[in-house]
Amino acid sequence: MLKTFKIGGVHPPENKLSKDKKIEVLPLPKTVFIPVAQHIGAPATPVVKKGDEVKVGQVIAQSSSFVSTNIHSSVSGKVTKVDFSADSSGYPKQGIFITVEGDEWMEGIDRSEDLVKEISVDGPEIVKKIQEAGIVGLGGATFPTHVKLVPPKGMKAEVLLINGVECEPYLTSDHRLMLEKADEIMVGIQLLMKAMGVDKAVIGIENNKPDAIKLLNEKCAAYNGVSVQALKVQYPQGGEKQLINAVTGKEVPSGALPIAVGAVVSNVGTAFAVYEAIQKNKPLFERVVTVTGKGVEKPSNFMVRVGTATSELIEAAGGLPENTGKIISGGPMMGRAIASLDVPVTKGTSGLLLMQKEESKREEIQACIRCSRCTSVCPMGLEPYLLMTLGEKQIFERAENERIMDCIECGSCSYTCPSSRPLLDYIRFGKGKVGAMIRSRKK
Amino acid sequence: MSKLLTVSPSPHVHSSESTQKIMLRVVYAMIPAMIWGIYMFGLDAVRIGLLSVLSCLAVEFLIQKYIMKAKPSITDGSALITGVLLAFNVPASLPWWIIIIGAIAAMGVGKLSFGGLGSNVFNPALVGRVFLLISFPVQMTSWPVTRMMEVDAVSAATPLAIIKEGIKNGIPVSQLQRLPNLSDMAIGFNHGSMGEISALLLVLGGLYMLWKKVITWQTPVSIILTVLVVSGIFWVVNPEMYVNPVYHIFTGGLMLGAIFMATDMVTSPMTGKGQLIYGIGIGLITISIRMFGAYPEGISFAILIMNAFVPLINMYIKPKRFGGQ
Repeated sequence: MLKTFKIGGVHPPENKLSKDKKIEVLPLPKTVFIPVAQHIGAPATPVVKKGDEVKVGQVIAQSSSFVSTNIHSSVSGKVTKVDFSADSSGYPKQGIFITVEGDEWMEGIDRSEDLVKEISVDGPEIVKKIQEAGIVGLGGATFPTHVKLVPPKGMKAEVLLINGVECEPYLTSDHRLMLEKADEIMVGIQLLMKAMGVDKAVIGIENNKPDAIKLLNEKCAAYNGVSVQALKVQYPQGGEKQLINAVTGKEVPSGALPIAVGAVVSNVGTAFAVYEAIQKNKPLFERVVTVTGKGVEKPSNFMVRVGTATSELIEAAGGLPENTGKIISGGPMMGRAIASLDVPVTKGTSGLLLMQKEESKREEIQACIRCSRCTSVCPMGLEPYLLMTLGEKQIFERAENERIMDCIECGSCSYTCPSSRPLLDYIRFGKGKVGAMIRSRKK
Repeated sequence: MSKLLTVSPSPHVHSSESTQKIMLRVVYAMIPAMIWGIYMFGLDAVRIGLLSVLSCLAVEFLIQKYIMKAKPSITDGSALITGVLLAFNVPASLPWWIIIIGAIAAMGVGKLSFGGLGSNVFNPALVGRVFLLISFPVQMTSWPVTRMMEVDAVSAATPLAIIKEGIKNGIPVSQLQRLPNLSDMAIGFNHGSMGEISALLLVLGGLYMLWKKVITWQTPVSIILTVLVVSGIFWVVNPEMYVNPVYHIFTGGLMLGAIFMATDMVTSPMTGKGQLIYGIGIGLITISIRMFGAYPEGISFAILIMNAFVPLINMYIKPKRFGGQ
């Protein structure tokens, strides 16, 4: 039976234009810009300087605290500078510029396609290697994976949920990965289960990917404790709390982490990265990126080295269409509009969406008619119309009481509002202020 | 790079829904009852309907443009709905100047004095209707003859007025003359305001709005069930004094009120639970006025009274939060 989460949700047009396009390896770029902050947490500290020769897979920035992670070079060549440049946020971020020379990999990385099934390391060793390999959540949140695998004191993980939902319209990178790297993902899941010490894992996949559901179901037969759960297509099912709710029926309490209900969620892409890190000794420096959009000549899925400029991907997909109005890093619901084609692919880049001019402008804002659609689609059971007003009028104490911090910024409210009101814009503003208020109280 | 890109926060897509589309769906839902009103009351209904709609649009336009100095929003469809609903709520024989006064009260006082669409507390059409009922009680309760009546009749009584008279004069229900039978009332061979007489066609419009997700079931169902249950209890206790509860459902503005007026998005609660409370409140007040009040009909007052409670309901009745309280 199809499951889904219990509260709210929307179903935007899926537009999975690139779902039948095999993952192609993108040709090596001439230069890369690798930001040192590609994850949630403290930025890594650069350990190379101008003029250094680096190899593929070499650590170029070191993890600076527990919630942080290593950054590896995705290419071989010469470091030209360590400087600031804009990433997808639009703000200048520190990173390492490398001019590509050849493609020389670090020794010890297994570049063969052979599947390594045998697991020869123990749990703590797996966590350590994940940390060293710079693995973060590849679904987009980029939370360092090793942190998730070590539950806080007094809490115990019971189940591993693998996120193959890909509920964002247009994106197909996880879908393709599940179809083309199913065996590797299954081994990755085994590794994650071993690291967490759990004997149960569920792969959640939305029903618009029947081929992936079928394939992974077949693979599951060979593994104990791993199963596939088909899910009704409903955005934002890929949200951690929504996925847990859909699969287990449990609700993560307000302000708590998934581990509070015994769950840890990892993306299929993360599971694949874990496989590569441990079985192939290959750190995380490349990922699958969907390049898509209604005007794109060849919607594609590329295996891309981190640090590659957006322009290279667009070129490979047939070039920038004349009437492009907006370029989004990520999906249309939660992705970020980027201002420049120089923005690099990072560990969290799941796709590039090119929107045509006519799709790029927002509609005129009209008066709220109190239709309550925002309230009924909110997956967190909040009242976006009220939170927007509280943000707008800067009534932050009340906003906190109305649980503004529970908002996961999925955008369902703004998407559905018939008056095209910028609900999420004001809620984000409110969240920023309330968050600061809460932090100052703790001090 | 020379290309200028739009940068804005997510989400970057929007549903095809718009305020205007929602309003138009409400208008579509009213068409069956409108056609029936015209069929029963003839050109009078056309005259009142057109006058009401045009006056509402004109009042909104003039006030927005010349008093509020804002961009007139008459194309959003909300003034059109108020115009039709106001016409639905008056006798088709109403003098032309009274409906214009009604439109001024509805749009000017009921809507724009609060700031316009979305800001009004009370249902504008009902503000207009109640204003007229209190100001022009004679004209507002002189029901025109329909095509179903004998030619020499000049005026008719609504079923609720007949029942009220009966209660006042102590005439048992079984001896009430001229009370139409139930099926006639359900279909619409009935007397009353031009839009309220056919319960069936109003329900049809309601089903359309439910299907198109313009309204939710909570408000209309809770109103109708409350009226049914409360009047049913009285009827069981004393069937000589109180009419069959089904009469209450099919007469007066109950269906019109429950389906088209109480469900007005702007003036009804935001949550399903809140709408149930609101609907039960409307049902209780309606039946109290019908049974014990001075007026034969009570749903207009009931909705307006409960409109005033909506902010309070929204304050205390919260949606089910994810992750508990």
